[in-house]
Amino acid sequence: MASIHLKGLAHRYPAASSGATVPYALNPLDQVWDDGGAYALLGPSGCGKTTLLNIISGLVRPSEGRVLFDGDDVTDLPTEQRNIAQVFQFPVVYDTLSVADNLAFPLRNRGLEKAIIDARVAETLVMLGLEGRAHERARSLSADDKQKISLGRGLVRTDVRAILFDEPLTVIDPHLKWQLRTELKKIHERFGHTMIYVTHDQTEALTFADKVVVMDAGVILQVGTPKALFDRPRHTFVGTFIGSPGMNVLRCEFDGEQAFVDGVKIPLDAATCSVARGRGLHESTSVRLEIGIRPEAVTVSGEPKTGPAVRLIAVEDLGRHLLLRLQLGSQPLCALLPEGAEIPEQPTLHFDPAMTLLYADSLLVEGTDDTEQTSAVRVEAYA
Amino acid sequence: MLKLSEINLAVDGQRYLEDVSLELKRGELNILLGPTLSGKTSLMRVMAGLDRPDSGALSFDGESVIGVAVQRRELAMVYQQFINYPSLTVYENIASPLRVAKLAKDEIDARVMQAAALLKLEPYLERKPANLSGGQQQRVALARALVKRASLVLLDEPLANLDYKLREELRAELPTLFAELGAVLVYATTEPSEALVLGGNTACLHEGRVEQFGPTLGLYRDPDTLMAAKLFSDPPLNTVALQRIGNSLRYKETDQALAESTAAPLLALIESAGSDAVELTLGVRGHHVRDSSAQCSPACFSITGRVDVTEITGSESFVHLDFLGQPWVALLDGVHAHASGAEIELTIDPADCFLFDESGARLRKQCERVN
Amino acid sequence: MKVQNNRAWLMVLPMLLIVALSAIIPLMTVVNYSVQDTFGGNEFFWVGTEWFQEILASERFHNALQRTLLFSALILAIEIPLGIAIALAMPRRGMAVSFCLVLMALPLLIPWNVVGTIWQVFGRVDIGLLGHGLASLGIDYNYTQDTLDAWLTLIVMDVWHWTSLVVLLCYSGLVSIPEVYYQAARIDGASRWAVFRFIQLPKIKRVLLIAVLLRFMDSFMIYTEPFVVTGGGPGNSTTFLSIDLVQMAVGQFDLGPAAAMSLIYFLIILLLSWVFYTIMTSLDNDAAASKGGQ
Repeated sequence: MASIHLKGLAHRYPAASSGATVPYALNPLDQVWDDGGAYALLGPSGCGKTTLLNIISGLVRPSEGRVLFDGDDVTDLPTEQRNIAQVFQFPVVYDTLSVADNLAFPLRNRGLEKAIIDARVAETLVMLGLEGRAHERARSLSADDKQKISLGRGLVRTDVRAILFDEPLTVIDPHLKWQLRTELKKIHERFGHTMIYVTHDQTEALTFADKVVVMDAGVILQVGTPKALFDRPRHTFVGTFIGSPGMNVLRCEFDGEQAFVDGVKIPLDAATCSVARGRGLHESTSVRLEIGIRPEAVTVSGEPKTGPAVRLIAVEDLGRHLLLRLQLGSQPLCALLPEGAEIPEQPTLHFDPAMTLLYADSLLVEGTDDTEQTSAVRVEAYA
Repeated sequence: MLKLSEINLAVDGQRYLEDVSLELKRGELNILLGPTLSGKTSLMRVMAGLDRPDSGALSFDGESVIGVAVQRRELAMVYQQFINYPSLTVYENIASPLRVAKLAKDEIDARVMQAAALLKLEPYLERKPANLSGGQQQRVALARALVKRASLVLLDEPLANLDYKLREELRAELPTLFAELGAVLVYATTEPSEALVLGGNTACLHEGRVEQFGPTLGLYRDPDTLMAAKLFSDPPLNTVALQRIGNSLRYKETDQALAESTAAPLLALIESAGSDAVELTLGVRGHHVRDSSAQCSPACFSITGRVDVTEITGSESFVHLDFLGQPWVALLDGVHAHASGAEIELTIDPADCFLFDESGARLRKQCERVN
Repeated sequence: MKVQNNRAWLMVLPMLLIVALSAIIPLMTVVNYSVQDTFGGNEFFWVGTEWFQEILASERFHNALQRTLLFSALILAIEIPLGIAIALAMPRRGMAVSFCLVLMALPLLIPWNVVGTIWQVFGRVDIGLLGHGLASLGIDYNYTQDTLDAWLTLIVMDVWHWTSLVVLLCYSGLVSIPEVYYQAARIDGASRWAVFRFIQLPKIKRVLLIAVLLRFMDSFMIYTEPFVVTGGGPGNSTTFLSIDLVQMAVGQFDLGPAAAMSLIYFLIILLLSWVFYTIMTSLDNDAAASKGGQ
């Protein structure tokens, strides 16, 4: 296992015609990922997460910067010499081989002794719960078992420094997704491999990882624990991308004490206000200000005059939750209420100041004492 | 209205559909919910006339359509894979079914532009599909289905290959998009949450049989069978075996009796259902298994389970635990970091529980019965 | 399902008629000749299996059969590995792909007799580029007099003409393998041989089977090229079954023995093709069985 250090890393795909400058597929970044950590790279299609993964695995050579495993520069090493394992979107198994032979394959390629191979394969079969199927042909297995074998070919090796996952649950049924996900989590807890998991699915990313790296358009927007990403998204994109539905983002004005959404007063907490005042946001006209609040943190009540009135557009019953589509002034707003909650006919809104965030030009207005690992983030490049 | 009665289909001795009877009305969204190989695609192929059932009747607006060639049916289909004509522009792709139908040029233009507007494809009309993102490509396929104004629209997991967020977006738009057509709309999915967002009616499919068919929310809240409840639960339904001995309810695994206050409402339910079942299955969804500190009625009972693994999303925690040998999932609000192997106590309200007899049929109060 | 089947039969009826007219009826004529004898005119005598016995016992037939089998074996042994190797070496993307494909397709577009003529001229010691070239290098080469030279010429000609077919078939199989398989193999530390053995070979097995069958049947029935180049010589050294058959039927007008021989020839091809097919699909069936068994 290894820590992974991405040092001044950036990537541009080669230009189609010489002389033309191609935009970065991956903007310059510095990241240190700890040994034994579970990381998720989360973002929409084309955000650069797969490029980043391929740079780590060695399938793509970065155009700038270095990749270090435990301090060793591996930038110029080919994939096979980096000692990584990778699980792809579509299960890759060697069709003609049995389950056990599939697992033995990477060990045989490395010329290990038969006794060692047999022992490792037997151990891995138990780890994956495939003991009874060792001699079945791999291609007769279902998609989720094939994915287990793909993972197993990494687990079987003792020299693996990191296991990479490229949207591994894409072709798996929802019920089996739960199983495979928790098994993966358990394997991580037990054996402590460094794992990097690429996905566009927030549930997979948040449930899998200790630290989630949120990317868009080739830029890392935030690196943080699932809780930090949920509670204090540093960028409005992170807020709207994470959560289902995502964070409400409303254009607002700020007078130094509180925010106003289309004239409706929204209280903010004192710390935010003082930081915002300190940056002169209450006097600036060039900065675009927005408040962000999670649908889960929006509460409504039927008692009049306890808060601003809001127009109820629609109520969607999602089984576990009720989704209220509201309109505050001219802007749409969602609220998520628990199953069976009563919906007032004339709802008034309540925002918890502690959960109401202020964004200036899409970036969170926050104190400098924030301990989250965000210093390395370079958001300037992100339009 | 599309009416299927007792449709059976088997190929090489393997059963694909068994006694499927459904009535799907125009203007309504009908969801086929079930895992891979549950018969969703087979059923759609029969509806489309691509496969001929071994037995059973299939009629559209009262006329039998068995044996009618697919080309002669007013039918549109969208698949999981993005299927477009690679050599045609987006505009020509959308227009293609209308060109086949030999519509007037103005009419084609009007319909294409309308569909493009609805699906936000106007900026891309002159592009080739290969230069579009996955979401845009699937929008083109949907637009092609839309312009055709078919009376039967079949969508086979159309969002499965799209990004999570895009899926959310399109999912919200889809029902309204096709509602105005007055077509019979059929939508296959493997995901219970998708069915809930889409609404309409749902048919739960399992091994080629329709377990239950009805309004989506009603079916979610009020499943008829253990299988329907399982199919419509994400995370998976938590179950535990109970035994009724005289006037007590016991966990089958440990022979330990449930507290009287807990057993009372359950026994009342069994009595009201007029059931004399001894072997019972109690089922409860993940979000109804609550943290022991949560407010609960006096009838609530607690269970103790050993934590297997905890997944924390930031706003919720999925606590996977072993309860009497069964894998359970508790979906708790907030962050609850339980270490693996820890014994924890959780609370359940009997009112949130389903009871099923040996055959898997749900026990209901008599007055609750729909039929 | 029943109704559907009946209609399906109706649909294939025209095809069956064409097959009957073009294959079965001529075949029956051959069967008819093979059991009779004629001394000219229109007089025929029933001889039963006499012709068959005579052919099967004749040394001439045995020699021709052995030569044909040897030729097919050599052709398969050279063209299949060579075809796979060239397909593996071909580029997968870029401009070079179309260039290679056109280059590969060129020999396939030339008619058989033209191929024969080209090589006949090409190999001539007096005016042919190859023959003259070799002679000037001091190599004693003459396909009209030396058995080995004649065989070499025929084999090189066939390899030149038909390896492309194997290449194109294998190439189509190779390009359909998703890139992730190669990536996974690199990560697993697989050698070039292991990649071929466990990824490429299993994925091209089906097209390879077709290639082997086509090349076997074609080479076993080869006629035009040796007829044009060597005419079966020197001596009888390149007289394959097909050439022998024509000599017997057309040259000597022995219709009875020739008919019997063509039937034997036909059955051998059928039998060998079936054997090839069974052996090569048996792996597939194994897999299917283990799948059905679970």
